[in-house]
Amino acid sequence: MQSSTLDESKVALNYHQAIETAHHGHPDHRMFGVFLFLISDSMTFLGFFAAFLIYRSIMPAWPPEGTPELELLVPIINTAILVSSSFVMHKGQAALKKDDVSGLQFWFGLTALMGIAFLLGQGYEYFHAEFGLTTNLFTSCFFAVTGFHGLHVTVGVLLILSVLWRSRQEGKYSSTSHFGVEAAEIYWHFVDVIWLVLFVLVYLIN
Amino acid sequence: MTTSTEPKTNPIQDGHSSEHRERKWQDYFTFSTDHKVIGIQYLVTAFFFYFVGGALAEVMRTELATPDPDFVQPEFYNQLMTMHGTIMLFLWIIPAGAAFANYLIPLMIGAEDMAFPRLNAVAFWMIPPGGILLLSSFFNGAPQAGWTSYPPLSIVSGKSGEEIWILSILLLGTSSILGAMNFVTTIFKMRIPDMDIHSMPLFCWSMLATSALILLGTPVLAAALILLSFDLIAGTSFFNPAGGGDPIVYQHMFWFYSHPAVYIMILPFFGVISEVLPVHARKPIFGYRAIAYSSLAISFLGLIVWAHHMFTSGTPGWLRMFFMATTMIIAVPTGIKVFSWCATLWGGKLNLNSALLFGIGFLSSFLIGGLSGVMLAAVPFDIHVHDTYFIVGHFHYVLFGGSVFGLFAGVYHWFPKMSGKMVNETLGRLHFILTFIGFNLTFLPMHQLGLQGMNRRIALYDPQFQTINMICTIGSYILAVSTFPFIINIVWSVFKGKKAPRNPWSALTLEWQTASPPIIENFEEEPVLWAGPYEYGIDTESIDGNESVEEMLAEVGAES
Ligand code: HEM
Ligand SMILES: [Cu+2]
Repeated sequence: MQSSTLDESKVALNYHQAIETAHHGHPDHRMFGVFLFLISDSMTFLGFFAAFLIYRSIMPAWPPEGTPELELLVPIINTAILVSSSFVMHKGQAALKKDDVSGLQFWFGLTALMGIAFLLGQGYEYFHAEFGLTTNLFTSCFFAVTGFHGLHVTVGVLLILSVLWRSRQEGKYSSTSHFGVEAAEIYWHFVDVIWLVLFVLVYLIN
Repeated sequence: MTTSTEPKTNPIQDGHSSEHRERKWQDYFTFSTDHKVIGIQYLVTAFFFYFVGGALAEVMRTELATPDPDFVQPEFYNQLMTMHGTIMLFLWIIPAGAAFANYLIPLMIGAEDMAFPRLNAVAFWMIPPGGILLLSSFFNGAPQAGWTSYPPLSIVSGKSGEEIWILSILLLGTSSILGAMNFVTTIFKMRIPDMDIHSMPLFCWSMLATSALILLGTPVLAAALILLSFDLIAGTSFFNPAGGGDPIVYQHMFWFYSHPAVYIMILPFFGVISEVLPVHARKPIFGYRAIAYSSLAISFLGLIVWAHHMFTSGTPGWLRMFFMATTMIIAVPTGIKVFSWCATLWGGKLNLNSALLFGIGFLSSFLIGGLSGVMLAAVPFDIHVHDTYFIVGHFHYVLFGGSVFGLFAGVYHWFPKMSGKMVNETLGRLHFILTFIGFNLTFLPMHQLGLQGMNRRIALYDPQFQTINMICTIGSYILAVSTFPFIINIVWSVFKGKKAPRNPWSALTLEWQTASPPIIENFEEEPVLWAGPYEYGIDTESIDGNESVEEMLAEVGAES
């Protein structure tokens, strides 16, 4: 007798859980997927960084004799831009949490501009560098690593722009429906953190 | 009390109610998001490439029947060898593992589909272009640097073929990563509420371990190939010693992926074997947790053994010691599995059908491959046989004797579920016998060749090796013949086979609780988890263990 009531309450519990999931329609696992993707993507960078560190440790001189000094001014400005853009972007997401879509648009728009500024800065740096891709092993690494990161920044900017584009649609994003916004933001922070590691490795410790 | 009757009208089912669309054959040629369609797409595509890769191998073996390069030119031999290895790994075994994962995971955990169905379809549809791209290189000088593509050889042996090879691998690797994201999310997030992580089928555990390796390893290979591409096209010298680069860095990056990749190729079939053996031996799996956790242990250890491929690459002594030790330690979780499988068979009521025969074939061949693997982990021995036919023998025992036998066990086991038809057992057993004989005849003598010093990756060799090579070639022809009963069997069964019941093997995992083939969203209603996945014959009250399983199955409508 007792055990059967116990069973029944368990069934009832399952039932409520079932309703709960049914409520959100298909429960949303996309954020989890984004995390897995970023773990995987970070391994690509780990591969590049590891190669860079191995070269650094086995070559007799690093950067090799005769490599022109890296200009630090532009990259430092770029670092400042990228790091602060993460905070700017977060304000956009916070605005959305209060259902303030125009706040989201403002802050995300600003982030996109900062991202573009970063890319322009990188373009300037490439253009004015006193060395080329094939000058030596170090400069090859330099272009490969910063270029691959720049590609990520470009993708990030495109993601933000697509969020902005979609946000024109009434009710597309709200405090309860914001996957695109969050995914873009996580991605942007990720690109930001990678840059910090890259900055230390490529610009500072040589 | 009052709610107790309500679960019958489960709200989850109400939405897309009972209008079950029929599956049309055209669906298999479309961008379908149904995991079952995608699973079949993967499997059929993989089999197509298997036959291509096998045909290339037969040409190689024909060439190697005699010491002189009389059948094909050495240069063409290099292309065949590179394409054979690449196709077998990236277009056969890895997609075939993904095929089983796609088809089975949602069914086994009681879900309607994968977590990201569209991403899943995208992942599959990268494979045919990747494969066609790779094959197209034959028209323009196929790559010749082996599946490992070591620089500097790969940089100097034909640009276009090599670049096509790189692009194709990048495409296939991306597909593999997208697939793995789906598997992990689905397994973690989509199980029916009653199924905790310790009551899910072992196949799901093995796919978790596989996916972790894919997610962590593949990107590093991508990084290596991007740099190699630069060397090839843009004139950098990351890996080119002539320009100040270091080819060893490529080897490290390559093997950081490619050792785990051997587990990416075997773990799914470890999972398959863990499903097949208990069902056909009518016994609970021996050591569920041991098998589950050893998959994770293999996955972790697999990430820190890569330099055992580089014992002869000038790796310093202390580093070789480290990698020798970690490699030998991997034998422990692997051994745990092998012992558990043997213990599962021990005293079972073996039903020696095609599925179980291939399962047992897997055990015996994988055992040999595993043991020669431990031999190779020992640095002094490896230095002796590095780059000889001993290696070729070893890895075919793991890849063919392991993965391919496991794969066939899975095909025979789940064919009734996938097609709704039974296979012809006589043909299936004939397939097994021919494969088993052909396989051992082809690859066992290679160990001897290697010990005597015959190098791998060569088209012409010293006449003293001719006799043994002839045996290998004859074996490979038997292997070629062995595929005929298989193909005939499958084609005949699909069209003319006996109709399969939902649960022909009286199995307990959830995929057998729905129709064969399963309806479009898998289950009529959310399946009930009424027994652990392997609780065969444990009801001691009953005289006949089998009978009690039948009774339990009848209760949930999964009787045979
Ligand atoms: C029909 C059965 C098969 C035969 C007769 C066969 C034969 C061969 C031969 C002759 C080689 C070249 C050895 C050399 O010159 O060094 C080779 C290499 C290879 N095979 Fe197979 N093989 C078969 C099946 C498979 C399968 C099923 C797989 C994987 C699942 C596989 C994976 C490889 C790999 C990875 C290589 C190395 C290629 C390289 O050296 O770059 N083979 N095989
Ligand atoms: Cu290895």
